[in-house]
Amino acid sequence: MERLNSIEQLQALEQRMSADRDPNLPVIVISAGTCGQASGANDLIRIAKREILAHGLANALSLRVTGCHGFCQAEPSVLVEPEGTFYPRLGIKEMARLVPAVSRGEVLEDFLWRDPKTRRRVRKQADIAFFRNQTRTILSRNERIDPIRIYTYIQDGGYSALAKVLWSGDAGRVIEEVTTSRLRGRGGAGFPTGQKWELLANQKDGRGKILVCNADEGDPGAYMDRSVLEGNPHSIIEGMLIGGYATGANEGVIYVRTEYPLAIKHLVIALRQAREMGLLGDNILGTGFCFHIDVVKGAGAFVCGEETALMRSIEGERGEPRQRPPYPVQKGIEGKPTAINNVETWANIPIIIARGGAAFARIGTPGSTGTKIFSLVGKVKNTGLVEVPMGVTIGEIVNEIGGGPSGRTEIKAVQTGGPSGGCIPASLFDLPVDYESLAKAGSIMGSGGMIVADQNTCMVDVAKYFMKFLKDESCGKCFTCRKGTQRMWELLDDITSGRGTLELLELLEELALVVKDTSMCGLGQTAATPVLTTLRYFREEFVTHIERKYCPATVCRDLFKYRVIAEKCTGCGLCVKVCPTGALSGPRKEPHHLDDSKCIKCRACYEICNLDAIAGDSIIAVPAR
Amino acid sequence: MITLTMNGLPVMVEEGSTLLEAARYLGIDIPTLCHMDGLSPYGACRLCVVEIGVAPSSKLVSACTYPAVEGLPVRTGSSRVMRARRMVLELLLASCPQSKIIQDLASAYEIRQQRFRQEHEDCILCGLCVRMCTEQMMAGAIGFRGRGEHRSIGTPFDVASEACRLCGGCMYVCPACQLRCTYNEPEKAICGACANLSAPCLAKPKFDDLMCYMAPCVACEIRKD
Repeated sequence: MERLNSIEQLQALEQRMSADRDPNLPVIVISAGTCGQASGANDLIRIAKREILAHGLANALSLRVTGCHGFCQAEPSVLVEPEGTFYPRLGIKEMARLVPAVSRGEVLEDFLWRDPKTRRRVRKQADIAFFRNQTRTILSRNERIDPIRIYTYIQDGGYSALAKVLWSGDAGRVIEEVTTSRLRGRGGAGFPTGQKWELLANQKDGRGKILVCNADEGDPGAYMDRSVLEGNPHSIIEGMLIGGYATGANEGVIYVRTEYPLAIKHLVIALRQAREMGLLGDNILGTGFCFHIDVVKGAGAFVCGEETALMRSIEGERGEPRQRPPYPVQKGIEGKPTAINNVETWANIPIIIARGGAAFARIGTPGSTGTKIFSLVGKVKNTGLVEVPMGVTIGEIVNEIGGGPSGRTEIKAVQTGGPSGGCIPASLFDLPVDYESLAKAGSIMGSGGMIVADQNTCMVDVAKYFMKFLKDESCGKCFTCRKGTQRMWELLDDITSGRGTLELLELLEELALVVKDTSMCGLGQTAATPVLTTLRYFREEFVTHIERKYCPATVCRDLFKYRVIAEKCTGCGLCVKVCPTGALSGPRKEPHHLDDSKCIKCRACYEICNLDAIAGDSIIAVPAR
Repeated sequence: MITLTMNGLPVMVEEGSTLLEAARYLGIDIPTLCHMDGLSPYGACRLCVVEIGVAPSSKLVSACTYPAVEGLPVRTGSSRVMRARRMVLELLLASCPQSKIIQDLASAYEIRQQRFRQEHEDCILCGLCVRMCTEQMMAGAIGFRGRGEHRSIGTPFDVASEACRLCGGCMYVCPACQLRCTYNEPEKAICGACANLSAPCLAKPKFDDLMCYMAPCVACEIRKD
């Protein structure tokens, strides 16, 4: 790998690469992030390579293995450039047919995406509803870059923002640009990045300053950071280099959780390549600027995403938070001033520098600028990573990009922000997604998880699930977080198993408020949010659980029993086939019979019945109020 | 000197002191279980919370870890503080009902009953013994392990620690669970080392270099004879 010794050499390389590129050469782009690989992308790569060799197509088309494109529902997916034809859920046989077809410039109609609403085949990725309604600034780069080949990143204009910064030689201008962009931290709290950098730049410390990339993404159902790290690790490196130049830091740490092996692999390769090319390390691009980046693997604690705990973990201590002040920017890792930013924040930096802060600020709302990636999961038709400008409504994300409910029932709520976030009911779907509006509704932006719940989701159970997560993940240092989450879970467990009383519900609310108030770190302070928001918007569900001892969504197993509605049942036998314990029986074309003593309430019959002929009944005959 | 407002009164305290030290200097009582002069502040028990700032943006912080800042309004007994403190005490009472100090505090704050499922634990994980062992005795024989509800104090791999020199400091500082570590009952011991009756003071002819906090001590009684 050639070493670049000056900014001119980098620019010459980029120009040479763009000149060499044939814009009409068909490219098969295979989405092979962790999610793609899990659903079979590795097989597709193998077959594609085999077919290319077998047909001697090495010069007729090219193959690019990239990170995740975001459309999880369609994995393993393939994109054919330059037309942008999108093929979802390809198998080995389909791939074998696709390769020669692409070389001939044909489109295989029967493999194309079928729109679930119109039932029509859609050819181009840009026309698919899921992609059409997004503004993919960060995610679209994943399609163009092979994460383990630095040249593809440079070809895409990578490291040009760094060159721009080094060329200007003005660190103050960089901070000014970031401040103008009004970029706010994407990790959840939304602290203005420019302000944080300025604080760090103003710190006088002879021992050096440290920049940290927080990639300890632990929220259940959130994977934005993983896809950026896997698909575009160089953008993080470039962002940190720019940050280092702006703030006078010479050390960088990427703290990534061990559960992301592919991200770590890609990151390590990217760091090595950047070092070999002279883009990282001592005397970067011959300018005399030095910056070193290390990767630290987290040992799997959710609390280590909290900045003070993260710093302790990097130091090699137990990952436990401490009270701020002193803030990390004053006293961070080993006492050195430290600025910690999220993966997505770092990925935004090269874009801001390349396009200008003012252009970035025009996207989104005045208070929350730019785009944000959300991981849309749960009961929607199209799940995946969604990048939208701040300020679009939740309804747009869920109904237009997500394509509405995946089941037969309506969408009830969206849980935003992971375990520290709250549930927002369908009645508030006009709410714009930005830091302030979500906070006003009692939830948080968090790192961007969005879990959609429909009528078959029990909100008490949702609160209990997140409380279980937090109870296990609390570090246990401060008493209210450790005991508070434990007790809240206990109270929720009481309610979901029929031991709840209205007094306990009051106690739960009282406790939740105190835990929120008195806990030391972000984990404890937000631990009560799932309880408080579900209580705020779905109190009647709690009351039904307590007073009628009944779970309307048929989730809490102690609070309902299944019954076959004889009038609706046509005796199709689907439920009989699916029942694991043989509780359902009956001759075909006659209403089936359900044996309560055998039923384990696994929901299999409830979910498979197309006629809604299976319903959950209250066990105890408690008169309705 | 730093000027701040404590409970509405402008007061001056020494620079570098924490809010707890400031309040105690001024004679304002703030209950704590995990704080001890001479050990580093830890902020674990959350009993010492005080309200800082001006409503509606005021917040609760632990007084033992928060530094006194110029011009900071501090309220040590606001209704929000009291509500939090009472809930913390109720939670403590629900877990450690036998502890004398918790009973006394609960009684002082007029908590007559607790509404949670009753547990009988011996340790509130205040971390005083761990800090005593590491910071004052320079032994580092005991430490925390596990997280969340599985957090506990002990020696590595639960074997008697070689670093422990049986000073008894951990028992001496324990605020709540005096019952837990009773010298010669191995099943209740934190480190297990004190269960071994061959105390270093008996084994070594010279005992000057070791501080001993064990009182009453079996070894001393033997020596007297």
